[in-house]
Amino acid sequence: MSQEMALLTIFVLSVFIGFEVVSKVSTTLHTPLMSGANAIHGVILVGAIIVTGQAEDTLGLVLGLVAVVLSTINMVGGFVVTDRMLEMFKGRKR
Amino acid sequence: MTDTWVSVAYLLAAVCFILALKGLSSPRTARNGNLIGAFGAVLAVVTTLFAFELDHLPLILAAIVVGSIVAVPAARQVPMTAMPQLVALFNGVGGGAAAIVAALEIPETGGGFPLVASLFTVVVGSISFSGSVVTFLKLQEVMTTRPVVLPLHALLFAGSLVGAISVSGWVFFEDGSGDASTYGVVVIAALSLVAGVLFVLPVGGADVPIVISLLNAFTGLTVAASGYVLGNVLLLVAGTLVGASGTILTRLMAQAMGRPVTSTLFGALRGGSSAGAATGGVDRPVRSTSPDDVAILLAYAEKVIIVPGYGLAVAQAQHTVRELADLLQEKGVEVLYGIHPVAGRMPGHMNVLLAEANVPYEQLKEMDEVNPQFGTTDVVLVIGANDVVNPAARTPGTPISGMPILDVDLAQNVIFLKRSMRPGFAGIENDLLYQQNTTLLFGDAKDSLTKVVSALKSV
Repeated sequence: MSQEMALLTIFVLSVFIGFEVVSKVSTTLHTPLMSGANAIHGVILVGAIIVTGQAEDTLGLVLGLVAVVLSTINMVGGFVVTDRMLEMFKGRKR
Repeated sequence: MTDTWVSVAYLLAAVCFILALKGLSSPRTARNGNLIGAFGAVLAVVTTLFAFELDHLPLILAAIVVGSIVAVPAARQVPMTAMPQLVALFNGVGGGAAAIVAALEIPETGGGFPLVASLFTVVVGSISFSGSVVTFLKLQEVMTTRPVVLPLHALLFAGSLVGAISVSGWVFFEDGSGDASTYGVVVIAALSLVAGVLFVLPVGGADVPIVISLLNAFTGLTVAASGYVLGNVLLLVAGTLVGASGTILTRLMAQAMGRPVTSTLFGALRGGSSAGAATGGVDRPVRSTSPDDVAILLAYAEKVIIVPGYGLAVAQAQHTVRELADLLQEKGVEVLYGIHPVAGRMPGHMNVLLAEANVPYEQLKEMDEVNPQFGTTDVVLVIGANDVVNPAARTPGTPISGMPILDVDLAQNVIFLKRSMRPGFAGIENDLLYQQNTTLLFGDAKDSLTKVVSALKSV
C-alpha cells in the first residue's frame, strides 16, 4: 500500500472514530469537549517543531518559532483550562 | 530512536487522545481522560524532540517555555465567566500555528496533493485565526456583540475568499516554488485573514456558540491536513478527531436554534435577521415584584425550576443561585435547573458556570428532560435568559421561529430576573413577560438574588 493510501485509510477511519466517540459525550460536558478538542489540535506543535528544526533561513526560523509559541499556548493552555473545568464537575458530595 | 519506536510513540499518543474524548462521556471519567490526553501530548512532543535531527534546538525549547509561561497563568486565572473567549483565543492561535507550518512547508511539497493540502491549511488556518480573534473581541466586549455588517459586506467577503483561492490556484501551477510563490502565499494569508474577520463580524453574540465550534472544526481540519503533508499520522488522527467533534457540536447547536448553520452565519447579511430592529413600541403593562414576595413564593413552592441564561454569566450570579437553591432544598423544595442547549456563549456554557458554583450535575436537566416537568412546577425562575423561553418561537414568521424553547409558560408562576425591558438578543418582544402568571424582578441578577436569599432566610 502506498503511503498516500495508508494516510487516506487512517483519515477515513479516524472520521468514524471521531463521530462515534464524540456523539457519546454528554451535553453537560460540551464546553470541556470543545476546550479538550481544542487542546488536542495543539499537537500541531509537533509539526511546528519539525518545521522549525529544518529551517534554513532566518525568516523561516522566526516564523517557525512563532508557530511553536502559538501552538504551545494552544496545547498547554487547552489542557490546563479543561482540567480546571472538569475539576468542578464533581457531582453531589455526600 | 528508530523510526519504528517513533511510530509506536505517536500511535500511543493518538490512542491517548481518543481516550481523552471517550472519557468525556461521563463527568466521573472526564478529568482522568483529560490527563491521559495531556500525557499523550507530552509524549508526542518529547518523542519529536528526540526523534528528529533538529537544528536550533535551544531556540525551540525556549519558544516552548515562552508559550507555557503565557498559557498557564491565563488558563489558571481567567474567571469561569470569561471561558468562552479564552477557548476561542486558544483555538485561534492553533489555527495560526497550522497556517504558518503549512506556509513554511509549501516550497518542500513539490506540488501535487500535498501542495493543495498546504494551501488549504494556509487559507483555513488564517480564517480560523482572525475569526477567533474577532470572536474573542466580541465576547470580551471590546467591540459590540451585535451583528456588524459593512457596506457591500457579502461582496467583500466573497471577494477576499475568491481572491485567496485564485492566488492559491496560481501558486499551485507554479508548483509552490520560487519567489513568486512566496509572495503568493503572503497574499493568500492576508486575504484569508480578511475573510475570517468578515466571516465572524455579522454574527451576533447569541450565535457565537456555533461560530466557536465551527472554527474549532476548521482548526482540526487544518491540523489533519498538516499531518497529511508532513506524513505524520499523529497530526492526521488528532486533527480529524477535532474536526469530527467540532462538526458534531456545530450541528447540535444549529439544531438547538432550529435553523440551518448557514442562516446563523449569513442571516445578518441577507437582512433576513431582524436583530436589533425596534418592535412594537407600545407600552404594555407588566407586573413587577419585590424580593420579599419572590422569597415567599419560593418558600411555599413544592417544585422550582431555575432557567439560567447569559445574564447569569454577566452578573456572575452562579454562586448566589447555588446558595438560593441550597436554602430551598433545606426547606424541602425540589430544585432543578433547566438548561437550554444554546444558553450562554458557548456549547454547555451554563453547565460549566453552575459546576463552578458546585451545583451537582444531577440537578442540571437538558431541555427534553425538563420540558415535560414545567406543567407540574410551581415557580420558574428565569435568570438572564430571554430568547430561549420566548413563545414567539412557536409562531411562524419571527426570527426565532422553529427554535425549540423551554416551555416555562406552562408553569404556575414565572419570575423573570431582568435588568431592563430591553428585548433579548434576537430583538423580539417576549410575550411571556406580559402573561398573567409572570412577574418581573428588575435589577442586576446577583443583587436581586442576594436580596431574595436574605429574605428567604427570614421567611
